[in-house]
Amino acid sequence: MRYLPLNQNDRAAMLDVIGVKSIDDLFHNVPESARLSGLVDLPKHQSEAAVEQHMSRLSAKSVSAGSVPFFCGAGAYRHHIPATVDHLIQRSEFLTAYTPYQPEISQGTLQALFEFQTQVALLTGMEVANASMYDGSTACAEAVVMAHRVARGKKPVAILAPGLHPHYAAATQTLASTLSIKVAETTPQMGTDADVIDMITDETSCVVVQSPNVFGEIVDLAPIAAKAHAHKALLIAVFTEPVALAAIKSPGEQGADIVVGEGQGLGVGLNFGGPHVGLFACTKKLVRQMPGRVCGETVDANGERGFVLTLSTREQHIRREKATSNICTNSGLCCLAFTIHMSLLGDAGLKQLAALNHENACQMADIIDGIEGAEVLNDTFFNEFTVKLNKPAADVVQTLADKGILGGVPFSRISGGQHEDLLLVCATETASDADMQAFEIALKEAL
Amino acid sequence: MNNQGRPTQPAAANMNERVTVSGSQGLNQATKLIFETGTPRRTGVDLPKPKGHASRLGAHVRQGEIGLPGLSEPETMRHYVRLSQKNYAIDLGVYPLGSCTMKHNPRLNEKVARMPGFADVHPLQPTSTVQGALELMYELSDWLMTLCNMPAVALTPKAGAHGELCGMMAIRARLDHDGASHKRRVLVPESAHGTNPATAVQCGFTVDEIPANAGGRVDMDALKAKLEGLGADSDIAGIMLTNPNTCGLFETDIIEIAELIHAAGGYFYCDGANFNALVGRVRPGDLGVDAMHINLHKTFSTPHGGGGPGSGPTVLSDALKDHAPVPYVVKTDEGFDLIEDPDDKSFGRMCAFHGQMGMYSRALTYMMSHGSDGLKQATEDAVLNANYVQASLSDVMTTAFEGTCMHEALFDDRFLKGTGVDTLDFAKAMIDEGYHPMTMYFPLVVHGAMLIEPTESESKGELDRFIRAMRSLAQRAKAGEVESFKNAPVYAPLRRLDETRAARNPVLRWSAPDETAQAAE
Repeated sequence: MRYLPLNQNDRAAMLDVIGVKSIDDLFHNVPESARLSGLVDLPKHQSEAAVEQHMSRLSAKSVSAGSVPFFCGAGAYRHHIPATVDHLIQRSEFLTAYTPYQPEISQGTLQALFEFQTQVALLTGMEVANASMYDGSTACAEAVVMAHRVARGKKPVAILAPGLHPHYAAATQTLASTLSIKVAETTPQMGTDADVIDMITDETSCVVVQSPNVFGEIVDLAPIAAKAHAHKALLIAVFTEPVALAAIKSPGEQGADIVVGEGQGLGVGLNFGGPHVGLFACTKKLVRQMPGRVCGETVDANGERGFVLTLSTREQHIRREKATSNICTNSGLCCLAFTIHMSLLGDAGLKQLAALNHENACQMADIIDGIEGAEVLNDTFFNEFTVKLNKPAADVVQTLADKGILGGVPFSRISGGQHEDLLLVCATETASDADMQAFEIALKEAL
Repeated sequence: MNNQGRPTQPAAANMNERVTVSGSQGLNQATKLIFETGTPRRTGVDLPKPKGHASRLGAHVRQGEIGLPGLSEPETMRHYVRLSQKNYAIDLGVYPLGSCTMKHNPRLNEKVARMPGFADVHPLQPTSTVQGALELMYELSDWLMTLCNMPAVALTPKAGAHGELCGMMAIRARLDHDGASHKRRVLVPESAHGTNPATAVQCGFTVDEIPANAGGRVDMDALKAKLEGLGADSDIAGIMLTNPNTCGLFETDIIEIAELIHAAGGYFYCDGANFNALVGRVRPGDLGVDAMHINLHKTFSTPHGGGGPGSGPTVLSDALKDHAPVPYVVKTDEGFDLIEDPDDKSFGRMCAFHGQMGMYSRALTYMMSHGSDGLKQATEDAVLNANYVQASLSDVMTTAFEGTCMHEALFDDRFLKGTGVDTLDFAKAMIDEGYHPMTMYFPLVVHGAMLIEPTESESKGELDRFIRAMRSLAQRAKAGEVESFKNAPVYAPLRRLDETRAARNPVLRWSAPDETAQAAE
């Protein structure tokens, strides 16, 4: 077996040193009834070539986004990733290291995390950020639990706005359900996010608002923040597309207390939904209630600047059942990819990328508005918007797929069947004029 | 000197005291922050010019600079390559971090994960266009269920701790479904990983600790005392137990423990962090386990990536399988399909989308490469390597518990008593010898714990060199060379870091110099 360096002579010599006769003696503590005598019923080892061939054939059974006109978003966005990013994250020293428990020999990972945290703080307009979460949806759920903790459990209600991605709402509901947090969920509905203002009371620990929301609308967060703060509740601002934050006013600027979102759009591929990278930022005041890993600056014994994991007294390995969260990893390599892509783009590059996305989406919206049976519902949007169709969107999407076009996400797919006539369409910088034309022709035929 | 008169040995000098003009020292390159080298106007990406379409962003357009520095491509490459060289890694040397299973990461896994049918597919494409991705998930499930002898697996959990959450939520859902919502007490051994009690509390349970006995295993008398006289209607929700446990020992009484918990109407959550000691030799389903997460990044070698992303598929027993989270893959006459909306038994959704596809493809590649025979051999070699290290060091270091271990060897700090050297010093001295230290001060039940997990990836020659270095360190500590330990490391990119300062006055992001001055006022 190519991955195992020991040979039979080594094994015999080592058993001798240990002072046992056979490998079975090292498993003597396993109850006899649970000892397997033979092999489990699975195929035996295979060569690298054979496994690669099997996997290539499986891969070929899917239609990859890059091979067809592609307009899907709804929480995962396809952008071009510079080759540099994938090369760098595959360097052995990043790929095959673990959590930087020994800072003297982990400064590479730690400095990258410090830079990442700063980039996230700047992008969201917040004071501090952590070293990342599993993904945007789990970051959202953890933020609601954090708000509950900030209120010391005295404010039982968390309000979720109607424009919050239904998967984010569901993940939040799952985590909150066991913790006596009452989740005031609203029905997904366009143009109604401001309705949460009237729902906020002294019982409210937090209000969770996404912008751009799941329908693609850009939401005015400031009045929601003002009402929340008047009732000592926190505004948790959510985003699913990090590139959007380069084009619209940052949540921090609009009064958010916690900002969570999905970072996948920068540096990380679609990956069929994972791994992605959750971003988590908040005000300095709340930092000791924040979940997840945090990297901080310090000095070494010679006075040189260095970085360490810090504030670990919040975490499970120290606090155990009193921890702020059970989380003990971040999305390491994905957050590295995010930070490398951001370093390549810089301020100017990111803004230009955002502008290209918005322009493509505007062009796409104009095309769709010209098709009979289809109507763009958004007043505002970034790179994704909602289309009302005269047929069930899932059927239309299937028809388009049969013609080799991945034409968006039927809203019913993420909302448990609600709004069957709505289609979410996203056009990033990767959509070409020819792609849009192909979509136009196919949609006309489908309607 | 060689015969051309060229010196072949450095002159006697303390290299550490020399200060260079550049701040770099040979291969150790000084690396400023990107905020100190990049500028907002520079970029390493060429993009077409915007065409000037009318904006539909509304009133909330972002104004002014964000403050993000940009670097050209060569500057970016150099920045991150320099950073990478300040990291220790498995590909560099022995990384015996106990309970982390730092094994070799085959590069075929990376190649497969990047195949377009897995990496460049959207989670919400029509299922007819992602049949290959779904088939891979189905195949992976089959391997995991077979290795565990369990009837179901929830793939979605995004890391080990997320898998714990999945298992405990499934237990809670089953209890609530049976009208047993008073069952909220979870037993957790004091040697457990911190995530176990944290997870139980996050699921709304209360934690009741069970002590370890003198042999490092669950104290059966204490456990029986807690459960005595309790029937199936007790308040016991279950137990969270790691096996092999965090002391590197197989819980000999595990089947009896499972029976006792089941008799009290509870469920058995097994923490699968140490599954690398069992694969192909012991199936958790044969031990009475109801739920167990599998860390794909440990046991099945998806890379650790500097701390993630992980993946924690959770196998479930017959009693819990109907309460699994959505989504999951099913096989139909037409191919593979996804169930994305929960029924009334499922505990719901844990995250957006379908979990960590990028880890599924790597893990399945690893498993198929090994096969049933290779997986069993890997397990045996992992256990053999750990016992070889334990046997080779037990005369100079102090093993925490008698007898053979499973895949990791646990030492305590008794051998350092009176030397002035503590576990931390010993660990830092290992860095100077070119090794990543073992896990230290964990498990908490052992004083000054040192937990060594060599994994099956180390050759005998590499282990022999490691053992020689460890023996030498132990002997030097006993010989009174305290100062060299206290100073260690001296051969790392940085000397020991001041963690107290970092926690007391947290600096969690870079700020422009003038902002820093203002903040100090």
